[in-house]
Amino acid sequence: MSDNLQLNSEGKLKHFLSIEGLPKELLTEILDVAESFVGMTDQQIKKVPLLRGKTIVNLFFENSTRTRTTFELAAKRLSADVLSMSIATSSTSKGESLLDTIRNLEAMFVDMFVVRHAISGAAHFIAQQTAPHISVINAGDGQHAHPTQAMLDMFTIRQIKKDFSNLRIAIIGDILHSRVARSQIQALNTLGVAEVRVIAPKTLLPAHVESLGVNVSHNLNVGLKDVDVVIMLRLQKERMTSALLPSESEYFKCFGLTEDKLKIAKPDAIVMHPGPINRGVEIESKVADGPQSVILNQVSNGIAIRMAIMAMAMQKQGIV
Amino acid sequence: MTQILIKNGQLIDPVNKINRAGSIYIVEGKIVSVTNEPIGFKPDTIIDAQNKLVCPGFIDLSTRLREPGHSRKATFKSETAAAASAGVTTLCLQPDTHPVIDTPAVAELIKELAKKADYPQIYPIAALTRQLEGTELSTMLTLKQAGCIAVGNANHPVRNLLILRRAMEYAVSHDLLFMFRPNDYWLGNNGCAHEGAFATRYGLPSIPEAAETIALAQCLELVELTGCRVHFGQLSCRRSVIKIYQAKKYGLQVSADVAIHQLHLTENNITPFDSNYHVLPPLRTEEDKQYMRQGLASGTINSICSDHQPHDIDAKLGAFPETEPGMSSLETLLPLMLKLVAESVITMEQGIASLTANPARVLRIESGALTVGFNADVCIFDPELEWQVNTENWKSQGMNTPYWGQTFKGRVTHTLQAGKLIHSLENGSH
Repeated sequence: MSDNLQLNSEGKLKHFLSIEGLPKELLTEILDVAESFVGMTDQQIKKVPLLRGKTIVNLFFENSTRTRTTFELAAKRLSADVLSMSIATSSTSKGESLLDTIRNLEAMFVDMFVVRHAISGAAHFIAQQTAPHISVINAGDGQHAHPTQAMLDMFTIRQIKKDFSNLRIAIIGDILHSRVARSQIQALNTLGVAEVRVIAPKTLLPAHVESLGVNVSHNLNVGLKDVDVVIMLRLQKERMTSALLPSESEYFKCFGLTEDKLKIAKPDAIVMHPGPINRGVEIESKVADGPQSVILNQVSNGIAIRMAIMAMAMQKQGIV
Repeated sequence: MTQILIKNGQLIDPVNKINRAGSIYIVEGKIVSVTNEPIGFKPDTIIDAQNKLVCPGFIDLSTRLREPGHSRKATFKSETAAAASAGVTTLCLQPDTHPVIDTPAVAELIKELAKKADYPQIYPIAALTRQLEGTELSTMLTLKQAGCIAVGNANHPVRNLLILRRAMEYAVSHDLLFMFRPNDYWLGNNGCAHEGAFATRYGLPSIPEAAETIALAQCLELVELTGCRVHFGQLSCRRSVIKIYQAKKYGLQVSADVAIHQLHLTENNITPFDSNYHVLPPLRTEEDKQYMRQGLASGTINSICSDHQPHDIDAKLGAFPETEPGMSSLETLLPLMLKLVAESVITMEQGIASLTANPARVLRIESGALTVGFNADVCIFDPELEWQVNTENWKSQGMNTPYWGQTFKGRVTHTLQAGKLIHSLENGSH
């Protein structure tokens, strides 16, 4: 279901919910289309008329500034009409009211939903329930997937490293709660990298994490050896109160990325972070702002990748 | 005097070691003979069971009929019709109704509802603790006198081991069976899927095996301390089977059941985010399933229950973790048991015993056998008859089953409860 749900009968993108089930060719196509938009966004006139007359609704059931902004900008640069809604998840907003929200917006002739929700599977649920002409883009669901973030990370990696096949990537931090990490791991493995490693204490790793196709390390000094790409994840403060970690400083001591630690990786290794950064908790400022950091490239690339995905999901309607 | 003859069928009764062609003679709701025709027997009704198997009616150790309190999901009328069409003649009702079964008034209301639905053989399980809150003991003796067959705390946690110990001691004092689904609330961590590859991939809050096995191990220690008779319900994993096996070998008076779907489905069968697969305990691994199957075959697990939990559409309409757990599973009970026989996991006799004689022994009731003098609770089924799970055939108000649309082999054609025909495929049922 999840595989087919995302693609139409001709194998074209209809919804973008998860990296799982998408072939390598499609991921590469997304990166190529995004490439064509990157040049464009540097120009004086930043708009193309690809989605003129289309209505896109950003449905954010969870707070977000960056992701929502880049989705808004991406839609506007494709000339679509955009409406952004922040819907605080109240105790009553369970299945029915989520569905009612969708039904009401459908009745207003919307063409695409961009959804962020705190529960895993919410975007799949909306894609299943919504009218057949509407596309759903997952902007992050619970701990499940954040596929547009993963694709902009792939784009950034390809920009610098050109080819995926010989790369070793280390993802460091709270894998357990990270939808970004899950999508990154799937994308990296689909694109055929040499190795994906996850580095974290056992409390921040899901059970059977190896089943995702990764090698596991609990030690940064060992895990960073020979690595081409270092991806740091954000550490939420709640992890201390839920007995997953004893303290921020102990975490930084073990898993924080410092200049010294970064030297263990390859000399030309790049440092990535999906943001927002906790300086001094998972990463030192000197590294975050240093020459190997590509964190701001990630943000700029976010617009192009989201333009590409939105345009391709609309392609099924024969407008691109 | 109402007299019924069931003839030409293949009788199977594990208790009386019967597996032969024969007839059952029923007078005034009781079995009067399974061998020779009694003198002066003149049947009002003759049921021809040619090419069919005739066995005791099934006894289900864990069901929810949703009344009182949740009639939006299902009613006694709809669910007893489902039970009858599934060959089930005796039901145990979990105490998490609304209001909770913790006063004699609620137990009596259930008896009343059962009578109104023309399906009297429903046994309420009394709440172990008041309001199922896990802090104060319920009035177990009064509840027993009001017709409750056992005590249990459904899926609700007992606050601490001291309270559990005292509840078990109090149950022993009144010779009450404690029906316990082991689950450590804290280790369960509000999960909705087994802590394994599936939950990891889809980012679902997960429940480790240890949530079940630690609670099970603690309770086994308390069995030894208190002497309480405990039946462990709806077990789901490998280490639980091992623990029950060891406890029995050691001499503890315990028994256990498994929900029928745990013998067939694993986390690998879950269609991603399909809420019909959201059950508690969660669907576990292939290895767990194999152990549950072996446990059943070896007798470590002596009963199969349906763990029937019908839901309305809204309860299952949402993102997986937000939906309510449970499956509507009475009507797939027999075909799924027959599938175990077809796959040579158990023999037909074992399968029938796990639905009849064994649960009767757990509950200490005179049922589950074709014994002369017993109530004529009889299930007649055609093991070859194919049917599809669809609105035409389905009786339960809950359509929450992952088997929707599938074709099964094996269907109940007649059900008699205390000599009364409560289901007949030819005439429609009930």
